[in-house]
Amino acid sequence: MKITLTVNGSRRELEVDDRRLLADVLREELGLTGTKVGCSHGVCGSCTVHVDGRAVRSCIMLAVQADGRAVRTVEDLAAPDGTLHPLQQAFSEEHALQCGFCTPGFLMTALPAVEAGAPLDAGQARELVSGNICRCTGYDGIVGAVVRASAICAGAAASGAEAER
Amino acid sequence: MKPSPVTYHAPATVAEAVGLLAEHGDDAKVLGGGQSLLPLMNLRLAAPARLVDVTRIDGLGAIERRDGAFELGAAVRQAQAEDDAALAAACPLLAAALPHIAHREIRNAGTVCGSLAHGDAAAELPAVALALDAELVVHGPRGVRTVAADGFFRSFLETALEPDELLAVVRLPVAPPGSGAAFHELARRAGDFAIAGVGAQLTMRDGTVTEARVACIGVGAAPVRARAAEQALAGGRADERTIAQAARAAAAELEPSEDLHASAAFRRHAAETLMRRALHEAAARAESNGREAS
Ligand SMILES: Cc1cc2nc3c(=O)[nH]c(=O)nc-3n(C[C@H](O)[C@H](O)[C@H](O)COP(=O)(O)OP(=O)(O)OC[C@H]3O[C@@H](n4cnc5c(N)ncnc54)[C@H](O)[C@@H]3O)c2cc1C
Ligand code: FES
Ligand code: FES
Repeated sequence: MKITLTVNGSRRELEVDDRRLLADVLREELGLTGTKVGCSHGVCGSCTVHVDGRAVRSCIMLAVQADGRAVRTVEDLAAPDGTLHPLQQAFSEEHALQCGFCTPGFLMTALPAVEAGAPLDAGQARELVSGNICRCTGYDGIVGAVVRASAICAGAAASGAEAER
Repeated sequence: MKPSPVTYHAPATVAEAVGLLAEHGDDAKVLGGGQSLLPLMNLRLAAPARLVDVTRIDGLGAIERRDGAFELGAAVRQAQAEDDAALAAACPLLAAALPHIAHREIRNAGTVCGSLAHGDAAAELPAVALALDAELVVHGPRGVRTVAADGFFRSFLETALEPDELLAVVRLPVAPPGSGAAFHELARRAGDFAIAGVGAQLTMRDGTVTEARVACIGVGAAPVRARAAEQALAGGRADERTIAQAARAAAAELEPSEDLHASAAFRRHAAETLMRRALHEAAARAESNGREAS
């Protein structure tokens, strides 16, 4: 079927086999290999991307189901000059990754709450990423990174509001 | 792991969807959010030749209040229901149950009607529908029929739906004023399917229970309405003793099965404990909602 996706802001027209998973189309047709496929049945979270602003698992969604929608992947997080998103920066500073396979999924899962601009405590951060599996880190660094990034984004939101006044 | 070849249809109307199901019979399957179906297709445990996506049908994406009930169409995502404040106030048991389903990323795609149609015995929403006496509006080649939740959930992944029918709308009755609800479950990890779970909605007036609705999950081939507990509670006070008695009576009637995760005796014990907790919390919320209303 012929589909149109807006991927990281640019409109892409694609001819895909109906059975193709969104994860595979992103990785193989569009070369966006940041999105990882770990389990293929919705339990590990490594394939998490945003469809119309909501985090979903691209391994249990057909590409045709996303026809006409906006898809955002981990490749969209860093600025064009390579400056990391505050959430990515926090992952680096808190040692929240080792092999990195799970990282894009964790980033895309945590992003909506982090960007919402309210600081999260450790319990909230843990709950937020509880659907994602990491075999390396033991999670403490990840939780720390989400807490740190949420505080930074909340601070930015507050000072933005301050500046507007 | 990839699905086997399939043809995807995205009908714009219920009539078109029903036409496709009638034409293709057993080869076709309704596709909701795909959060149960796609894992099965990836594992090749399901291999439908055609998928009829009902989430793009006009008019089925709405949550609407009509005649003392909230109607949720087949395209309504679980997260959309979770975020609807009016719905949460009117159907507190639904609001209590939704956060227990998997994780937000799954609920962003999974539909309310899809969970009901799938009919997993450990799923939360079938128990909500059962406890609330929900009505399910089913469309098929033989016309439209309204099915009561009591009788809809038959056995493991088996419902009253025929293969060529689609669940277009679920109608959830609005709780009377002074109602409160709670959903408690036991799972190995947050977001996993429950080993056992209990949903309870109580309505209180001047300290007396005027209506009790209780259902259990994970303790049989389908969700189980805890009538014994409801009867023990109705007309009395929701005190420690009555709640303990109600939970004991309901647990005694359960016939849970044994599997890898838990023995039958453990499941019955868990259901009784969870029911006590759910009833206490529902009663406290009902009382505070009652105070706010008066
Ligand atoms: C990792 C993971 C964890 C999960 N944990 C839980 C959990 O704890 N509790 C829980 O309840 N669920 C859980 N789920 C399942 C989830 O809630 C699904 O969204 C739900 O069971 C099915 O809804 P869906 O819209 O995704 O349906 P689909 O997957 O699209 O369909 C499921 C079945 O229902 C049929 N169907 C769907 N919609 C209709 C309709 N309108 N009319 C007729 N037939 C229809 C389909 O043909 C299919 O047979 C989990 C899923 C995953 C991947
Ligand atoms: S690869 Fe999608 S959840 Fe594991
Ligand atoms: S860093 Fe290796 S799986 Fe998480």
